Amino acid sequence: MPDELIQIEETDNKEWFYTDIVKDHFFNPRNVFKTKAESEAYAKEADGTGLVGSPACGDGMRMFLKIDKEKDKITECKWETYGCGTALASTSMFSVMLTENDGMKIEDALNIKPKDIANKLGGIPARKFHCSVLADKAFKEAVNDFFRNTNQLNRIQGTGKKIIDKVLKITDEDIEHAVLEGALSFEDVQKKTKVGIHDKGCIPEVNRLIQVYREKYFGE
Amino acid sequence: MKDIYLDHAATTYVREEVLKEMEKYFTEVYGNPGSFNSIGLKAKEALDKARDKIKELLNAPSEKNIIFTSGGTESINLAIKGVARSLKKKGNHIITSKVEHHAVLETCKYLEEEGFEVTYLDPDQYGIISVEKLERAIKSNTILVSLMYANNEIGSINPIKELAEICKSKRIYFHTDACQAGGLLNIDAKELNIDLMTLNSSKLYGPKGVGLLYIKTGILIKPIIHGGGQEFGLRSGTENVPGIMGFAKALELAQLEREEENKRLGKLSKKLTEGILNNIPKTVLNGHPKNRLSNNVNISFLDIEGEALLLYLNEHGFCASSGSACTSKTLDPSHVIIATGVPYEFAHGSLRITLGKKTSEEDINLMISVLPKIVEKLRLISPFNLKMEEVKINAR
Repeated sequence: MPDELIQIEETDNKEWFYTDIVKDHFFNPRNVFKTKAESEAYAKEADGTGLVGSPACGDGMRMFLKIDKEKDKITECKWETYGCGTALASTSMFSVMLTENDGMKIEDALNIKPKDIANKLGGIPARKFHCSVLADKAFKEAVNDFFRNTNQLNRIQGTGKKIIDKVLKITDEDIEHAVLEGALSFEDVQKKTKVGIHDKGCIPEVNRLIQVYREKYFGE
Repeated sequence: MKDIYLDHAATTYVREEVLKEMEKYFTEVYGNPGSFNSIGLKAKEALDKARDKIKELLNAPSEKNIIFTSGGTESINLAIKGVARSLKKKGNHIITSKVEHHAVLETCKYLEEEGFEVTYLDPDQYGIISVEKLERAIKSNTILVSLMYANNEIGSINPIKELAEICKSKRIYFHTDACQAGGLLNIDAKELNIDLMTLNSSKLYGPKGVGLLYIKTGILIKPIIHGGGQEFGLRSGTENVPGIMGFAKALELAQLEREEENKRLGKLSKKLTEGILNNIPKTVLNGHPKNRLSNNVNISFLDIEGEALLLYLNEHGFCASSGSACTSKTLDPSHVIIATGVPYEFAHGSLRITLGKKTSEEDINLMISVLPKIVEKLRLISPFNLKMEEVKINAR
């Protein structure tokens, strides 16, 4: 918008700086494959895999899980990510969070929010937040794959949630979270979630949802 | 580890000769050229000399054809808004292209809100605007055409003389954004038959914060900045004398050296381009293979994202840039690369390397040896493995 009114706000202007933890995970990614052959072999033995995004979107991720079925714990998490520094570092950190200390219970892992990953990384630039939500999504896809493979259909996530952006698989719940975190306009929600960048058809529905959640939480 | 700066299209350092030229205008000849006292008059004298030098370099008939501004963006705003508003009664149609710099695109969008109608031409697959395409877009109410001389992202060079010729024959004003061309191409305004031309200093080893708009004699234009009436009433505000002195020196040196420098840079760019395309699979050159700026190399890599590539390169000391979505404010990949019909898969993985005066063959060799390893590492952790034939360029 060339003629919009601009109001000067007090915000963090360090939007391009990455913390040392982000850099460490970016340059030394944890839980990645050493060769493509290793990745192909692993794909066959993984208990669950999930893929989100596409090269046309500018980011994409595949996550592989190995799960201790008795303890319902994640024992291994491997991943492949196409994306920027934030996307790569957050997947790496997420894979560590899932598997450290003998592995996390699936139930607890499902409660990890993108914000938790960002905190573990020592913070990420605000405008890069959307890049960190991908890990969470790929993980949910992988867990659902595991539930399907082990015939635990009642545990599949996302029932009750509706996919709004068909390309990035962004749900109404993601939009709800974004609004809760203070994104009150379409532009702000898009900055956080990337919704509607590739699936432009979903924009009216996103706008409607923002209004619904604003009313619900802020009474506007 | 030393930094290897390969982002000269973004901005250049200030060369020694230029810095030296500027120095005394900060501390000795610091007067206001508008003041009637000895130090002010000295500053005015210097300013006149700089303007005269640039007049010669541009082959302009009069000093009054040169309006100093704060840089490329301001010159572009003055050219487009100034001409459009002055000709409002004659017509309201402006033609530009989809690969222009944001300074042009956003100014045109702004004018749309003022009631102007703008045609954004599609370039060919190399980012070039053909004379035929421009001719077809001209209407009876067209008042201004603004097309860049050379592209800042992919380096492609427009047939500026021919484009200007068409406009002249139809009595339409022609402005060219020559910010990237100023240090490397012919900027003879008379020979090129140009009505308005934007140049800036910070891309040709001059200081930042200085630019100019060349305006041909007889052109009707309104100022966009009002005040004390400096720059023949077209750009109010005390003149940036040290900056202008530096700019004039930088432009003089650049034009003097450009043929030799083009030869040297052309060789290095060719070596780098071939070194990347031949050694790294699934790569394409963006922009025209020959008709491009001698210092510009822009290559897309499949299966990896540009920001990640930049960060790794930076870790090896290389400063470059990318058209990836994550390096832009809009979360969209380069509008230039997309406009050329290159698919998103390529646009997200683009790398712009722009060479400069201090770029050596050693730097290029190092880049050629480092880049394949980085690409391999990033491709290994990428979930995608696209085939070149799957990602077709949509030729226009």
